[in-house]
Amino acid sequence: MSTAPMPDALMADEGIRNVIIVGSGPAGLTAAIYSARANLAPLVIEGEPSSTSDQPGGQLMLTTDVENYPGFPDGVMGPELMIKFREQAQRFGAEMLTDKVTRVDLSGPPHGVWVGDPDAPEPTYRAWAVIVSTGAQSLMLGLEAEERLIGHGLSTCATCDGFFFRDQHIAVVGGGDSAMEEATFLTRFASKVTVIHRRDELRASKIMQDRAFANDRIEFLWNNVVLDIHGEEKLTGIEVQNVVTGEASLLDVTGLFIAIGHRPNTDLFERQLKRKENGYLVTEPDSSRTEIEGVFACGDVQDDFYRQAVTAAGSGCMAAIDAERWLESAGHG
Amino acid sequence: MAESITTLTNETFDEVIGSAELPVVVDFWAEWCGPCKMIAPILDEIAVEKAGVISVAKLNVDDAQDVALRYQVMSIPTLIVFKDGEPAKRIVGAKGKQQLLQEIGEVAF
Repeated sequence: MSTAPMPDALMADEGIRNVIIVGSGPAGLTAAIYSARANLAPLVIEGEPSSTSDQPGGQLMLTTDVENYPGFPDGVMGPELMIKFREQAQRFGAEMLTDKVTRVDLSGPPHGVWVGDPDAPEPTYRAWAVIVSTGAQSLMLGLEAEERLIGHGLSTCATCDGFFFRDQHIAVVGGGDSAMEEATFLTRFASKVTVIHRRDELRASKIMQDRAFANDRIEFLWNNVVLDIHGEEKLTGIEVQNVVTGEASLLDVTGLFIAIGHRPNTDLFERQLKRKENGYLVTEPDSSRTEIEGVFACGDVQDDFYRQAVTAAGSGCMAAIDAERWLESAGHG
Repeated sequence: MAESITTLTNETFDEVIGSAELPVVVDFWAEWCGPCKMIAPILDEIAVEKAGVISVAKLNVDDAQDVALRYQVMSIPTLIVFKDGEPAKRIVGAKGKQQLLQEIGEVAF
């Protein structure tokens, strides 16, 4: 339990917590720092370790150098930054639970949150306010061989796996910032990195494009998509197809890194929280409020536009302040 | 890190694994790997809870590339459970505690 004392006005009712934060990327942990400092004794359900889907610390746990987070003139490693976020939240009494939320009941307040068996009749936790910061996860290609070859030449984490492709020819599929960052990083190890992109121009920011174009170990395979990946025990090659000419060819690589975009982790909230067509949660303009009283959303789970660590952190701060004001005005806690 | 966790190197690997009486879960990891850091505290817990049933060892792939290469580790974290000196189970990628216990348990307890 938290060590932070709570003022009487905010003292929780029997068994009902003030705030539960679901997710622990920059948004969730910033919300935790702010709500812990406001003596709300937040419980952060940070998720379960995974190399492919959502995980404690969020997407930055799968990255290397973060160069655009203010306050770090020399850059900072993604995992290191997130460990600092977490320590800062714990310093003010945020309680961390390394588990996955399996079900929510947002028909309150108070709202119910389950970890473990989702069919349990009673929620594991109840809280007046729930801050949703479950983020987004990498999209996969949706190929049958994917599950078999992940970790055996197929990867969603260049930092984790790049090391094992020293002096080899590998490929990255995708055309955004993540793809350029991975391709550039992978040239530290690989002899050649082929970027496969389905269009003839990149989505990535100018600086990331320039860096990739200037790197003579990176080559581009434009207008191509990955049709299939080959290999039984480990990846031995990939089949690509030119979307303009229809021509299929085999690319002789030992590794494939997937960076084709993200989808928000909103399955948990289906039929409870309003989502956009692309799955992202809807919040009120200039606010973290959702349609449901006492439920707030922040970070990538509700941001399909900026999707930066610093904007996620900013919106996490908004959610904590919105939740704190709402708890006060509703007389809860 | 729990005191019960051994650190393996290229030099000590064969001897430690070859002479182990209990199944050994070897954690192939590196300093720069985020998911490795996520599972480290879980392995600490497992080492304590399953003391006397299995032992847990860590192998830094930066320091012990030969061993990582020999077992064809291509992704970290990778856990390999060794029984009687031979690999009996390979777990690739970070996973939650229950999942790890279940997969390790399939061969080790």
